Amino acid sequence: MFDLPILSLLIWLPILGGLGVILFGRHLDSRLFALGITIISFFISLILLVQFNSASAEMQFQEKLTWVSSFNINYHLGVDGFSVPLIVLNSLITILVVIAAWEVIHYRITQYLAAFLVMEGIVNGVFMALDAVLFYILFEAMLIPLFLIIGIWGGKRRVYATLKFFLYTFFGSVFLLISLIYLYQVGGSFSITDMQKLPLAILPQTLIFLSFLLAFGVKIPMWPVHTWLPDAHVEAPTGGSVILAAITLKVGAYALIRLALPIVPDAAANLSSLVIFLSLTAVVYIGFVALVQQDMKKLIAYSSIAHMGFVTLGFFIIYQLNKDTSTAILAIQGGMVQMVSHGFISAALFLCIGILYDRMHTRDINAYGGVANKMPQFSAFFVLFAMANTGLPGTSGFVGEFFVILASFKANVWLAFLAATTLIIGAAYTLWLVKRVIFGEIKNAEVAQLTDISQREFGLLTILAAAVLFFGLWPEPVTDLMGASIEHLLTQALQTKCGGKMLGDCL
Amino acid sequence: MNIAIALPEIFLTIAICLSLLIEPFLPTDKRRLISYLLIQTCLIITTLLVINTFPADKAWGLNNLYVRDDLGSLLKISILLVTMLAFVYARQYLQEKGLWKNEFFILILFSVLGMLVIASANHLLLIYLGLELLALALYALVAFSRDDSRATEAAMKYFVLGAIASGMLLYGISILYGITRGQLELSAIASYLSTQEVLNNIPLLFALVFIVGGIAFKFGTVPFHMWAPDVYQGAPTAVTLFLASVPKLAAFAMLMRVLGESLGAAQSGWSQLLLVMGLLSVTVGNLLAIAQFNLKRMFAYSTIAHMGFVLLAAMTGTLEGYSAGLFYTIIYALTSVGSFAILILLSHQGLDAETLNDLKGLNERHPWYAFLMLLLLFSMAGIPPMVGFYAKFSVIQAMLNTGYLWPAVFVVLMSVVGEFYYLRAIKMMYFDQPEKHPPQITYPMDFQIALTANGLLVLFLGLLPTGLIELCTQALVASLP
Repeated sequence: MFDLPILSLLIWLPILGGLGVILFGRHLDSRLFALGITIISFFISLILLVQFNSASAEMQFQEKLTWVSSFNINYHLGVDGFSVPLIVLNSLITILVVIAAWEVIHYRITQYLAAFLVMEGIVNGVFMALDAVLFYILFEAMLIPLFLIIGIWGGKRRVYATLKFFLYTFFGSVFLLISLIYLYQVGGSFSITDMQKLPLAILPQTLIFLSFLLAFGVKIPMWPVHTWLPDAHVEAPTGGSVILAAITLKVGAYALIRLALPIVPDAAANLSSLVIFLSLTAVVYIGFVALVQQDMKKLIAYSSIAHMGFVTLGFFIIYQLNKDTSTAILAIQGGMVQMVSHGFISAALFLCIGILYDRMHTRDINAYGGVANKMPQFSAFFVLFAMANTGLPGTSGFVGEFFVILASFKANVWLAFLAATTLIIGAAYTLWLVKRVIFGEIKNAEVAQLTDISQREFGLLTILAAAVLFFGLWPEPVTDLMGASIEHLLTQALQTKCGGKMLGDCL
Repeated sequence: MNIAIALPEIFLTIAICLSLLIEPFLPTDKRRLISYLLIQTCLIITTLLVINTFPADKAWGLNNLYVRDDLGSLLKISILLVTMLAFVYARQYLQEKGLWKNEFFILILFSVLGMLVIASANHLLLIYLGLELLALALYALVAFSRDDSRATEAAMKYFVLGAIASGMLLYGISILYGITRGQLELSAIASYLSTQEVLNNIPLLFALVFIVGGIAFKFGTVPFHMWAPDVYQGAPTAVTLFLASVPKLAAFAMLMRVLGESLGAAQSGWSQLLLVMGLLSVTVGNLLAIAQFNLKRMFAYSTIAHMGFVLLAAMTGTLEGYSAGLFYTIIYALTSVGSFAILILLSHQGLDAETLNDLKGLNERHPWYAFLMLLLLFSMAGIPPMVGFYAKFSVIQAMLNTGYLWPAVFVVLMSVVGEFYYLRAIKMMYFDQPEKHPPQITYPMDFQIALTANGLLVLFLGLLPTGLIELCTQALVASLP
């Protein structure tokens, strides 16, 4: 079954589809065409999911071609348990974005759809790349479509937001390039799996780790380099926000797992308290910041940062566990489940806000009130997603946070205590949002004229609601998928590479 | 004597003279068009003559004044091809501006001839000769729009500063002539230097400073960059298009011939000069480009920054570094000629498109051209998957391989700064609406095809850069002693 280059298909089908939309957009319905492409790629990603052997930690479906021989760069793709769920998530969310644009985007719809298709292909590539330069190229190339999406179809301050977004993330990643070239000089290979085996002294490890942290921390985003995210979210069109929250934030966290933890474990262990501190700041402080937002999108943007704090907390708490491997597995699982779950929940919330915005043309919380009276179906969905956002048991939001809190409890009670405050703060800002927007008396004449969601919108939200409930009640499919990969990761991440007696203990 | 190794240059010289003679006898109404086509044909034949002996073994001739090697041939091919592109882009602009004269092409051909001579010179005097032929033709070209006071001013500045720079180069050469006891042949200087202790030889270092200064002027790197913004802005866009792209290839040829080949043993002496100039250029170029509202000036400063990268690549003194520099220069020429073509495209009825505002709403008016410009600008900014990324990548890798870690970090930081003004130009094209109602752009088919090919090539080479990189490396392997 390995004769079809399934991974290349997942990259190039959407990208070529995107070009096709631009070229033939005049002659046929570009929306149908784009939808077709995204559905086909989603099915391919499902084939990948089914054929993937979750019992093995090996890179599967590998494709390797010499690409730039003079620099020893290969076109090397492969997937493991971390990549597959994210690829499926990405393919699914892109379908939703295309549907969400259906009657809403009128300005240059072919370019809009093409940008999202190209984006899908590039992000799939990021999740598959096993060559460091290929990874870097795709990681950077991702900026171009998103830059255009926010800049062309965004709100009033879109230029400021999109420039800030681009420069911030580009600034973060240039150091990544230097680190990767350095690793190449030491090890003589750009292959990520080779880099993971490379022994390194502690000083280079520390510098490389810091450059990784900067590059991926901006993308995740971690406090204090998060400030581009609220701006980008507020100005982005609905589809842009959905992709930004559901997909691109995951790229940063995924890169931590793929590059930072295995390549520089000693530095990661030494600096884990720093990352944990940053993550907890994101969880607690950013939670409070979310509480005072007047703009719905901004509120959800800050809540995204807080939730991504859980992901990084889960990834780095493993260094505080005294080699308690079973708990470490739990922590990584928690982080990964949180990523997938946040992909669904944030996508759903941004879609909901988009639905309201399309009708009212404002995102100011004060302009709403009593929406439930006019949009009962919508309100039911919104409340469900809000509950998931607060981490209600039975929704996918609960599983990840619970796992991470459990793991932190084993490390330090106070860490767990701080992490658990999110259950209160998160509930506070989300439920208060629901109270002000959904419930109460009908606030004004505009709200009184609202119409409930169309079938298209209903379908969109149903898919996401089903996913949220499914993974909330039965998260095993995700955790099973990555079980072997997590164990493999932990052997790499908890093993010293600098020749000391134990992890992080180098001269 | 082995005259055959200079066949392309000899052919081009004869062709220039003949086309001057033939032109008056052509029918008046079609005179310009026919001579334009003739000149393009000449360039094609010259290119074919060069390609005919590429790749080939290194050969010397004309009393060892002249050398034919793969490095020279590759640079010549690039020079000729980019010049042809420049002619295609310039045609309609010249017609609308009333500059559609045979002299424009003749002058450019003379400067191309000068560049070909530089690329093949095996003797410092020959390099100087080629340089002067190139420079004199360019001075006249900058002032080509005679009644435009800005063009005259620019030409004056260019001429005065250029004359000083040639003087410096000549002074450096004369000192070298003295300390080598009368040697000007590149290989003879190289064999003399191999017996010297470079860093203790003060007269040699003295000569190096002047020679490097002369070369840096051609590149337009800090502190010899002052002429670039004024000349770029003052010259007619069709001239800037040529001036900004092709002579940089010749400057690289000069750098390789003089510093790489003959003064290679003195690398410890000139590498520090190039390091400082390179870092300063990247800094000054990128920072000042942000402050420019005039697109031509912005590109001038961006050129300064790009040439800083080339110097940093050459500074390493390794094969890898030279190859990176060669690759960077070729890519730069290709990208630069394309971006100026977009400026030509936006100019209409004799009015130059110059400011950022002229880019406004290009996506609204001409999505395809906007897309091509997007590719070109992202390539200049070094964003993958455009080829500009590989250009920067190879330079940074060469620097890291020779242990210049912190300069490399500094350079990538500066390229983040540089990002801003490219993004601002893209913002004008894509996010803003056109200000007034600019006229519809109608350009002939050859222009459209050339521009499309140029823009897509930037993307294509970015996806598959191996061929060109290998070509650069192999040319250098075959040519360097």
